[in-house]
Amino acid sequence: MQRTYKKYGWMFVLPTLIAFTIGFIIPFIEGLYLSFCQFTTVGNAVFNGFSNYIAAFTDASFLRSAGFTVLVAAVNVILINVLAFALALALTQKLKGTNFFRTVFFMPNLIGGIVLGYIWQILINCVLALVGQPLLKLNATAGYWGIIILMCWQQIGYMMIIYIAGLQNVPDDLVEAAKIDGATDWQILWKIKIPMMMPSITICVFLTLTNSFKLFDQNLALTNGDPNHMTDMLALNIYQTFYARAGKAWKGIGQAKAVIFSIVVVLISFWQLKTTRSKEVQQ
Amino acid sequence: MKKWQNLVAVCAMSVSVLAGCSSTSSDAADSNGEAGAADGAKGSVYYLNFKPEQDEAWQNLAKKYTEETGVDVKVVTAASGNYETTLMSEMGKSGAPTLFQVNGPVGLKNWEDYAYNLYDTPVFNQLTSDAYALFVGKDDVAAIAYCIESYGIIVNTTLLDKAGYKVEDIQSFEDLKKVADDITARKDELNFSAFTSAGMDGSSDWRFKAHLANMPIYFEYQEDGITDTDAIKGTYLDNYRDIFDLYITDSTTPGKDLAAKTGDDSRNEFISGEAVFYQNGSWEYNELIKNGLKSEEITMIPVYIGAGDEANQGLTTGTENYWVVNKEASEEDIQATLDFMNWCVTSEEGTTAMADEMGFVIPFKDAKPSENVFVLEDVKLTEEGKTPVSWNFTTMPSEEWKNALGSALTAYAADPTDANWEEVEKAFVENWKTEYDLANN
Repeated sequence: MQRTYKKYGWMFVLPTLIAFTIGFIIPFIEGLYLSFCQFTTVGNAVFNGFSNYIAAFTDASFLRSAGFTVLVAAVNVILINVLAFALALALTQKLKGTNFFRTVFFMPNLIGGIVLGYIWQILINCVLALVGQPLLKLNATAGYWGIIILMCWQQIGYMMIIYIAGLQNVPDDLVEAAKIDGATDWQILWKIKIPMMMPSITICVFLTLTNSFKLFDQNLALTNGDPNHMTDMLALNIYQTFYARAGKAWKGIGQAKAVIFSIVVVLISFWQLKTTRSKEVQQ
Repeated sequence: MKKWQNLVAVCAMSVSVLAGCSSTSSDAADSNGEAGAADGAKGSVYYLNFKPEQDEAWQNLAKKYTEETGVDVKVVTAASGNYETTLMSEMGKSGAPTLFQVNGPVGLKNWEDYAYNLYDTPVFNQLTSDAYALFVGKDDVAAIAYCIESYGIIVNTTLLDKAGYKVEDIQSFEDLKKVADDITARKDELNFSAFTSAGMDGSSDWRFKAHLANMPIYFEYQEDGITDTDAIKGTYLDNYRDIFDLYITDSTTPGKDLAAKTGDDSRNEFISGEAVFYQNGSWEYNELIKNGLKSEEITMIPVYIGAGDEANQGLTTGTENYWVVNKEASEEDIQATLDFMNWCVTSEEGTTAMADEMGFVIPFKDAKPSENVFVLEDVKLTEEGKTPVSWNFTTMPSEEWKNALGSALTAYAADPTDANWEEVEKAFVENWKTEYDLANN
């Protein structure tokens, strides 16, 4: 039996493998190739060496949007995870109505990014108008915090669910033993719960980090880069490279930026996975 | 052993099923091919339409054509604002569009390699003037315009009457300013404003960063006797400021709120009689009538900016809708596409649908007159000997140029200081050169 599995195992992988190859590996390789080309459609690509990459790296707007993305991602990752964890702690206490609140906090995650972007644009503009500040289109600071508020609002509920599952998996005997030894709630949190929950933390940090880097629709709908590209994140910058100017040169440069972008995101997520994984403990 | 046999049987069956698929499909293709050959190689047409508001009309027209001639016409409409992205992915596929659209000489740059030479084709010969074709060389036409539109300042004459003026009173920028300022001064008594909000949201800012910006460009081109430039001088930017000042001061909305105002806001203000003037184009006609305005109470006047010969200035008339035939398509498909285009602009059904259902004025010899009062106004003014202002915003170097100008205008509208206007001038003049170089590298 075991031998038969070994012999024919690959056949069971085959359908997924074929789908993965067609849907991911081939387009990825083609995309990589296109980043070294000048093209209008994928059919008429002409090889032109590294010039797209040189243009991408010398493009000040690309570097500026990279900086802005890092700023957004850093604050997002911290805020979302701290708040989601706090909510998870609160909603695992024996209180009335926790299930109701879990649903309520999870709901924003069910709304699409574009819709959220427009709704928050209206909300934030109303608030700005009331306090006599320049509106979003002219106000980069408001745009920056707008993106962060929007992302927190959307993602905290989702991360909270993961943290709740993690908290419920912390063995009661450990907590009880700590209590008997006279540990305070604060000590239990830091010495027992958080170390036991590292797998959840790994997942949540990974999700928030990659989501923040790849952020596109919320950025497009909320600020569209205004004022003057000051709130462009990387994905939006790549999109604009493709479509904001006519001419063959720009598609290739956009493609090169996209390749650089994916490599950066992959590297950062690998580094993050490695660091948080190393802190996970065996139960 | 038994399992092994089963596996083989399954594999064999699935292969035969797949083979069955492919053999039937190739049979079908063969028979189609034969039928086509018998009819003198019928091709098919795939039109990627740019204007979502005319989607239904195009679908109906395509169906009629298929009934009449048996040639398949597929019309696909790209979602609003997504034409270029849709076109790009469609052109990369097999079975790419045989007929698509560009918005002018700058838009053509992306697609020049795909443009079939339309010179001397029947549809080209139907054009009323060569000016409606985009030439890329002598006897080499890459694109032809298929609809002509006008824009200007739409006027609610009922409200203008109430304020004590007639449309004829406005013959220059000076007149316009006098009337608008007077209405603004008596705003509380009259209960309406001069201009609808000059919204700078993405749904509305093109009215100012492209259409209004066309005016100083037009007068500069006229003065210099050119139709395109790699570096604009900005000779008439002061006039641009004058008219924009008028829009933002004599308005329904304070300047600092304009950043979030949309195109719908502006239109709704006009429909509900909150303002007399509304800068927009002939394409707005159906929307205004549908919402209760009567055709006799609206008209359109030229956008006066206090430059050139204002006594003889007409509406701003031109096009950003050009047809391009895909050169990469098969010969039969190209022929079918050319036949379809020609049918659209010459046949009774085609010209009627384009005039009535789509509301276009088409620059072809057999064009049907339109009911659109703005179009009629343009015809009237031209007959009176006024010169239509041409659409030069199609020569703006890039979308990015327009966006940067839009940003600067938004900042100026919120806080109209000289320093902010300097930013507008920079976005207009310096950025033109920068963007021109970037787009033409």
